[in-house]
Amino acid sequence: MMLAQDAAANLSSGWFLEHAWLIAVVPGIGFFLILAVGKRIRDIKVGSLTIPGGGSMFGVASMAASLVLAAGTAYQWIQRVDSAGATHGALGSFGSSITGMLRAEGEGNYITPVVKSYTWWRQGGATFTIGSHIDGLSMIILLLVAFISTLVQIYSLEYLRGDRRYTHFFAALTLFAGGMLTMVLADNMVQIILGWEIMGLCSFMLIGHWWEDAANSRAALKAFFTVRVGDVGLLVGVSIIFFSANSFATKNGFGSGFDLQGINAWAQSGTASHTAILWGAVALFIACIGKSGQFPLHTWLPDAMAGPTPVSSLLHSSTMVVAGVYLVARIYPVFHTGLSINVAGSHFNLIAIIGGITIIIAAALAFVQTDIKKVLAYSTVSQLGYMMMGLGVGAWTPAVFHIFTHAFFKCCLFLCAGSISHSGSHHSFEMKKDMGGLRKKMPITFACWMVSTAALCGVPFFSGFFSKDEIIDNAHHAGYNVFWIIGLVGAFMTTAYMTRATYLTFFGKPRGAAAGEHDDAHGDAHDPHDLDVDDAHAVQPHAVAAHGSTTDDHAHQPVMAMARTVGDVADIHGDVDASDAEEAVHADDAHHAAEHDVHHGPHESPALITVPLVILAVLAFGSGYLNAAAFSIHKFTDWVSPIGGQFFPKIGEASGELPEAAFKWVNALPSILLVLAGFAVSAAVCISIYGDTAAPLKGITKRIAPLRWGYKFLFNKYYLDVLYEKIIVHGVAYPVSAAAYWFNQNVLDGIVNGAGKWARKSGLWIYKNVDQRVVDGTVNGSGAAARGLGSALRPVQSGKVNQYGALLFSAAAVAALVLILVNT
Amino acid sequence: MLISEFLLLGAVLFCIGVYGVIVRKNAVLVLMSIELILNSVNINLLAFSLKYNDISGQTFALYIIAVAAAEVGVGLALVLLIYRNKRNISLDELSEMKG
Amino acid sequence: MLTDHNWILTVGVFLPLAGVLIMLFIPKEEESLNKAIAIITAAVTLAVGIATMAWFKYGSDSSKLQFHVDVAWIPAIKSRYIIGLDGVSMPLYILSMVITLLVMIYSWDHIPEPGNAKAFMILMLILQTGMAGTFVAQDLILFFVFFEVVLLPMYFMIGVWGGEQRQYASLKFFLYTMFGSALMLVAFLALFFQTGAQSFSLEYLYAHSSMISTNVAVWIFAGMFVGFAVKVPMFPFHTWLPDAHTQAPTQGSVILAAILLKLGTYGFIRIAIPTLPQAAVKWAPVIGVLAVIGIIYGALGCLAQTDMKRLIAFSSVAHMGFVMLGISTLTQFGINAAVYGMVAHGLITGMLFFLAGSIKNRYHTLEIAKMGGILKRIPRLGWILGMCAMASLGLPGLAGFWGEFPAILSAYSPFHNDYVHLSQPLFRTLMVIAAIGTVLAAGYLLWMFQRVAFGEASPLIAGDVDADGNDLHAGAHAGDHAGDHLVGERGHGAVPFSVGAAGNADPHAEVHDVGIFEWIAWTPLLIGIVVLGAYPDLMFKVLNGSVTKLLAPVQALTGK
Repeated sequence: MMLAQDAAANLSSGWFLEHAWLIAVVPGIGFFLILAVGKRIRDIKVGSLTIPGGGSMFGVASMAASLVLAAGTAYQWIQRVDSAGATHGALGSFGSSITGMLRAEGEGNYITPVVKSYTWWRQGGATFTIGSHIDGLSMIILLLVAFISTLVQIYSLEYLRGDRRYTHFFAALTLFAGGMLTMVLADNMVQIILGWEIMGLCSFMLIGHWWEDAANSRAALKAFFTVRVGDVGLLVGVSIIFFSANSFATKNGFGSGFDLQGINAWAQSGTASHTAILWGAVALFIACIGKSGQFPLHTWLPDAMAGPTPVSSLLHSSTMVVAGVYLVARIYPVFHTGLSINVAGSHFNLIAIIGGITIIIAAALAFVQTDIKKVLAYSTVSQLGYMMMGLGVGAWTPAVFHIFTHAFFKCCLFLCAGSISHSGSHHSFEMKKDMGGLRKKMPITFACWMVSTAALCGVPFFSGFFSKDEIIDNAHHAGYNVFWIIGLVGAFMTTAYMTRATYLTFFGKPRGAAAGEHDDAHGDAHDPHDLDVDDAHAVQPHAVAAHGSTTDDHAHQPVMAMARTVGDVADIHGDVDASDAEEAVHADDAHHAAEHDVHHGPHESPALITVPLVILAVLAFGSGYLNAAAFSIHKFTDWVSPIGGQFFPKIGEASGELPEAAFKWVNALPSILLVLAGFAVSAAVCISIYGDTAAPLKGITKRIAPLRWGYKFLFNKYYLDVLYEKIIVHGVAYPVSAAAYWFNQNVLDGIVNGAGKWARKSGLWIYKNVDQRVVDGTVNGSGAAARGLGSALRPVQSGKVNQYGALLFSAAAVAALVLILVNT
Repeated sequence: MLISEFLLLGAVLFCIGVYGVIVRKNAVLVLMSIELILNSVNINLLAFSLKYNDISGQTFALYIIAVAAAEVGVGLALVLLIYRNKRNISLDELSEMKG
Repeated sequence: MLTDHNWILTVGVFLPLAGVLIMLFIPKEEESLNKAIAIITAAVTLAVGIATMAWFKYGSDSSKLQFHVDVAWIPAIKSRYIIGLDGVSMPLYILSMVITLLVMIYSWDHIPEPGNAKAFMILMLILQTGMAGTFVAQDLILFFVFFEVVLLPMYFMIGVWGGEQRQYASLKFFLYTMFGSALMLVAFLALFFQTGAQSFSLEYLYAHSSMISTNVAVWIFAGMFVGFAVKVPMFPFHTWLPDAHTQAPTQGSVILAAILLKLGTYGFIRIAIPTLPQAAVKWAPVIGVLAVIGIIYGALGCLAQTDMKRLIAFSSVAHMGFVMLGISTLTQFGINAAVYGMVAHGLITGMLFFLAGSIKNRYHTLEIAKMGGILKRIPRLGWILGMCAMASLGLPGLAGFWGEFPAILSAYSPFHNDYVHLSQPLFRTLMVIAAIGTVLAAGYLLWMFQRVAFGEASPLIAGDVDADGNDLHAGAHAGDHAGDHLVGERGHGAVPFSVGAAGNADPHAEVHDVGIFEWIAWTPLLIGIVVLGAYPDLMFKVLNGSVTKLLAPVQALTGK
């Protein structure tokens, strides 16, 4: 279904645009290559350079290839936009659309997407296609995903070196990116489901990467399961939309009711039944709640930290969690129409409410975390809330822009956390126990962290400022004042918790592992890896989980060698690191000997880790300038926003104003001030609570009852986990299913068995009374008669020949007599 | 035609034979009595053959003579064997077939 | 006549019996020879099946009955030997051949207690004839005969080679199915007489269904419903299934799950709905509701299980619920999905039963609580289990999804024409509940996978195999020993195999990973799962036309 109108509309196309499907196929091939031959590939040394084996290179290479293709696609898309002559504010007016009907209307500067669509299967009169759909939104997300994935894979080369499932990890990571790219490329809902679920599968594999530990596999299960709960909405929503949109879509040449353009056109057409579109939007949004970790299904996201840090960073920045936001943005007209966004006089809608709630509750949770990754996890949840809220108030472009900028700084923050645990805190993520004062030991990591944090908090001139403030500003502008206030409060809280995390990690006095004490002195429950061989057998494997931390990164586990020497203990709690006690064991292992030196105390991470960090930090600062409204830069809007036309709602039209708020420093002032206030308050409180001096605030949450209760409430995550796991899941998994099974065994089976027993009893009765007495009686009677007769005749058989003769002749005589009598 | 005389002779011989079969204990004598019975039947056959001028009666008689010869042969052989085993040919002693 | 190759179906159906004939002359001590002949027979049968596929006319012809044979059979009751193949029967016909062959290959080194490969193989060949015959029969009496032929071998398979409660399970299976069959036969006869006692031919019955008044048709349908629903099995007629599956030998479970259950759903599609469309419309809501109850109920049943095989058996109830939901919509969409679901379920659940059997072979127990860390000990088998669990819970890209998702989809818009329509609110409610069923499916399958595959290899299993070597039989027995072993281990510390690992060779050497015959038997199934998942059109394009044709009587309803 390549658009013939392109030529007429003077839109440029290109090889990359038309072959965009390759972007998703390449990682797929990479995945199969890693699975097939990955394990057989050993490290290759080229001079001083070591090319890692285990198939990881296929992963990196395929992601890099995807990146190149995505970059080409992006370049050609931008050319296409330019060829349309569309610039912000001065819109070239040409009509281009699929049907002539719409072209005649000459709508705005809508740039037709490049759609390549192939029939995948047909059934029941519907055509299911597979293909690629490139427009501004998919272009930018493709680029983002490919870019972040490539960096994360490079980072993982170092971070997971020597992991016991190194090959599996790269395979899953590659497929994960492939799933996201498939979804982003999709031109129809079924393909979106496909990519969506592949991601779910890979998240299961990656979060549960170290599945020996029950806590990890439980987190993986929880993630998959929670998302799956949301997927009910996806299946139902797609069904509703398909049947509602199908006749419109096929009539207007869009293939079927799965086709994204068809759905968008249908939602915009005004012919859609409001009930159908409302329920469709609600159902699909439930799916997005599950996938994007919105309240109340956000609980899986922090637990997902059980996976290796690169997974967390990928999961939380550009893939998986963004999928939900992407889906809303992708078929925005459905939500816009269905949930009546931007309709005059409406101040609330489902998306904005859920997004708003998520911002606040997640940010509040971030305050009570001691695990650095969990702080970041809740921060992600909160930022996803911003994106959703943005979409909910009609701020489409700022929301998508926030996806874009957020990906860089959040990925960078996670990788910083990984870098800290890798080289600074001896595989711990506990800020209070094992960090502090790391800024001097890890300057690059610290610098990157600071830049990203500034971006996250929305400090002016950093990228987050340009995206997040736009969302807040637009909420105000579109008349959603409640959400404007929520956004501002969220900004304050974000700054505050990030200040706390930064203080605990990089400032103050080094504690625990950060102070270099990760040996015997600190060998409580936290350090199961610092064992000496003799003690190894006595240690419980779950010490890490018991201690409340997300997980320990087991990255250094030297698989083969270790299993041979120390036995399976190594597999259980990973990380048998080169500590003094084990020196003898590792003496012959050059790699470990080297690591051993490196691992004394915190230090800066190697280049494979810091280079991605720096790149990301630069982008965390700079990416905002693609759409810096403050400086009248609107490149991102030009390239990405589909304005007007049949496929996109005319946002803000109801209020008769411009679609997006014009930037004014005055409007940005409240949030800037709040950020500063958040920083100041939080810094003061942190120093007071966590600092060395005996300050009045120390232990305040223990002393004052309401604060204690609040802390407890937050610490237990609003008891949502208790509700889900202990009450709902536990309830279904045990009492309800047991009841159902009891019903099965005792009622249904009871009926069957009862019928069987009854049948047997009545059979027995019949057997005894009818069969044995009447029927068998006859049979037995005849037998008895025969026997009686036999014994009666027995004497005749004397054995005497003469007697036989006599009998014979008398019989003959009698017979003769009878004969004569008869004949006469 | 002396047919009734022939028939009378046959009847007498038959009765002697039957008497011998029933009364005699000696197996050889019983065999001989059976021969008498057979021959009484032969006389009857010949008599009727003459009366009705039909050759089949005589043919049957010839067959019976041949079969009787064989029968006597087998019978005597049996008696001989019984004698070898039991040193006795009294039929009273031979009640193995008692049911 | 579409083709001159119409002998091929008869050959395909009865060839296994020829193999049986040869095997009868071979003493049972010649185990390998017997096995080899059986496998060769199955392979040749499959080759015939493949030839059938090659000669099958696709495209618009796929809806017609091909290789059609129609000769006199029992003139006294006007029953004829009519067989033919169309797009709906073809996938199932071929599937039965594939599964039989794979099961036989698997049997090469997995003949269950008490042995006697000859009898075992003969039973499977007879089963194959019955299954293939059912899918090609186009005459009710012929269908019934084949339908019943299947019963006896399976009865013996469970009753002789089954687990501890095999007597109970086999009898239950037999009686249940016979009960259904009896009602079904009555329904067939009623159908025969109601359409003028002219013919048992389906072609004739399709054309003359309108002769029956709706009230009578509803009762006839009820008879068929019970007969087929027992076989499917639908709630509440499913209770034979878990027992039969749990007690049956692995091979029996695989055939049962992969093919036998489909006889029921196939009966609905081939016979019940097209011959009695007026009654089908009345019954559809009942079927839909029972199907959805089955989905939820089966899932809950799964969650309550402690035995892996029983869990998989209950999951069949849930999955067949999706198939029946698709059928109950009476739409082309739904029935296409149902047939797809049947084949997908055959591949996936068949595979899961294979895995359960192989795990039992290695660990001598299927208690989920006693297992753990399978991925650690037998990683390949563990990953295959993971893949099949994912396929079973309906992951897109694997076969299960394309049966499940369109079935849910179709429930949004159930059958309607200008005169008759099914209740939309009811079916939409069913759709939502069925979608919730997919969550439960994810729950029980992944929970099972987590407990079985993840974590450290459980000390019990480790100790069990370690202590007893290769002469273990029952789980209980194993449990005792493992208990002893644990006590012994405690001296060394809580981590069980830390000691042995350094000194000895791997103590689990005898717990080997996937073996050669397992690979041969499983690979085609795994490939099938992936290929059907990636390219569903492979089957849909064969199904589409035939389903349209089978639904024509329903479409033509005027509501009188």
